[in-house]
Amino acid sequence: MNTRNEREVWIFAEQRDGRLLDVGLELLGEGRKLATELHGQLTTVLLGHRVQELGKELLAYGADKVYIVDKPALEKWRCEAYTLALGKLVEERSPEILLLGATAVGADLSARLAARLKTGLSADCVGLEIGDEGQLLQQIPAFGGGVIATIVCPDRRPQMATVRPGVMEKPPRSQGHGSVEVVDMTLPQEKIRTEVIEVCEAEVEPTDLPGADIVVAGGWGIGSSEGWKLVQRLAATLDGAVGATRPALDEGWASEEQMIGQSGVTVRPTLYIGIGISGVMHHVVGIQDADVIVAINNDPNAPIFQVCDVGIVGDYKEVVPLLINQLKKRLNREEEAGF
Amino acid sequence: MRSVHSIVCVKPVPDPEHWEELRLDPDSGTLSRQGIPIVLDPLGKHALEQALRVREARGGQVTAISMAPPQTQEVLNEALAMGADSAVLLSDPIFAGADTLATAYTLSLGIKKLGDYDLILCGSRSLDGSTGQVGPQLAELLDIPHLSRATHMELGTDGLLRVRAKIENGYQVIETNLPALVTVEKEINTPRLKSLMGIVAARGKKAQVWDSEALRADRERVGICGSPTWVSEVSLVAIERRGEMITDPSEEGVKTLVETLCALGALPSAAHEEPCEPETS
Repeated sequence: MNTRNEREVWIFAEQRDGRLLDVGLELLGEGRKLATELHGQLTTVLLGHRVQELGKELLAYGADKVYIVDKPALEKWRCEAYTLALGKLVEERSPEILLLGATAVGADLSARLAARLKTGLSADCVGLEIGDEGQLLQQIPAFGGGVIATIVCPDRRPQMATVRPGVMEKPPRSQGHGSVEVVDMTLPQEKIRTEVIEVCEAEVEPTDLPGADIVVAGGWGIGSSEGWKLVQRLAATLDGAVGATRPALDEGWASEEQMIGQSGVTVRPTLYIGIGISGVMHHVVGIQDADVIVAINNDPNAPIFQVCDVGIVGDYKEVVPLLINQLKKRLNREEEAGF
Repeated sequence: MRSVHSIVCVKPVPDPEHWEELRLDPDSGTLSRQGIPIVLDPLGKHALEQALRVREARGGQVTAISMAPPQTQEVLNEALAMGADSAVLLSDPIFAGADTLATAYTLSLGIKKLGDYDLILCGSRSLDGSTGQVGPQLAELLDIPHLSRATHMELGTDGLLRVRAKIENGYQVIETNLPALVTVEKEINTPRLKSLMGIVAARGKKAQVWDSEALRADRERVGICGSPTWVSEVSLVAIERRGEMITDPSEEGVKTLVETLCALGALPSAAHEEPCEPETS
């Protein structure tokens, strides 16, 4: 058992091409709260090659300590290389908690590493807290029924969890007070059996969805790509962004960046309008910070009506055109009056 | 040119067409899945299709494997009907309650018992659990490399495997040598439908069932005992919202909706500046 003052909360800070991802900084904010409750330290781990200058940046976001492993073998993301480096650090220094962003990299790395360390891992947490006995309470929406499951990892360490980008809030930047340690280690080539041949990453086109003031989202109930156009028209009328549920994504009506929910984007708009969305918990956790939630659905028993401010029961094909019309009148009249 | 033995990990999941019927049992805090049909996990089908294509190109065999309760055996029959040569169901009451690590451990024992293999294929995440953890964890326990989220896969005659792996905003092209594990995305292929011939041929085949004894499983590493993570609490989410219902979907009902949104200050400012009282003619 670790004694109290040895308890460390670790954050894996992911960088790509020498740029820190926001999700790591968001986790630093959350990690600070957990470390304070544990009376412990907040430590960040950075892996890569020629990335040492990023250490200061991590201190500025609140880390007490930054470990950097800077090796050519870590230049490009390879799961075995990262698992080797992070695994060695964890085994040597025994953190209490290890948090990673649920990105393509973090999800893959956390899974392989948890199996190596034979410890527990929970994916896509929407809330983290410290319990009465100092254990990490990991909150995960349970599929189907408006429930949150709290996962614990009582006996093994570290307690590992991933969190999607945008779920936690990025802390303010400050002076920084901690220290950076560059850790040397050998990463035997024969234990890294994959080779990266090519990387193609598009310039990040930030979707306007996470920061949108108005979000109009559609789900399975839309039924056709023709119907999806009504979702887009309503969003355009309100100058809002279009969101989607996983079934809508699977149908090809929407793109992956538009998916709202536990394994997608979290939105915080003034107004959210959900059309043809049943309201499974996976989706609802991504909209619960909206100021006003409106639901349009023809099934009066759809669970979304349990979590909305205003619900209208009816066929969206009738309701949405009426709504677009009335909104247009209201908005245009004002525009005309203004000019 | 060597033939290839592929093992495909599949998972029986509640049919997504019936998810609306899932209900939480308020007493036990568990989901009631009664009466909901069980189907092959969609991405598992893509994994199976990929294995069948490798067999068509290179010869060899395809084995489907799953850890699940005994009543899900028919789902493995579906894999056989699609064209798998054989199927193994890892099933034992003590496997119940397994988290991803205990599941990966159990699957690793089944795969070791199958003997020689070249390629392991899985869906990149299941429809229900959706953690995406079992594939990488299984590779780690078998001490083989893994390539995640493949949208394209090529297998050279020399055993060199090349995969296009999806990452945010793009992809990586990665190579490794067999044996290896690949998790697939839906873009990788279009799974074939089971054919009449396949269904007939599958009648002659039956999934083998292996229990903890057959696997010589360490009881401390399977099921709920072998799972480092536990569900400590399941709570209903208390979401406090106004919950106003409009049951009239006509012009009048929509008007009520717009006025309510106006009163709540939820519409763009241009609309707010309008008087929010109902218009009088």
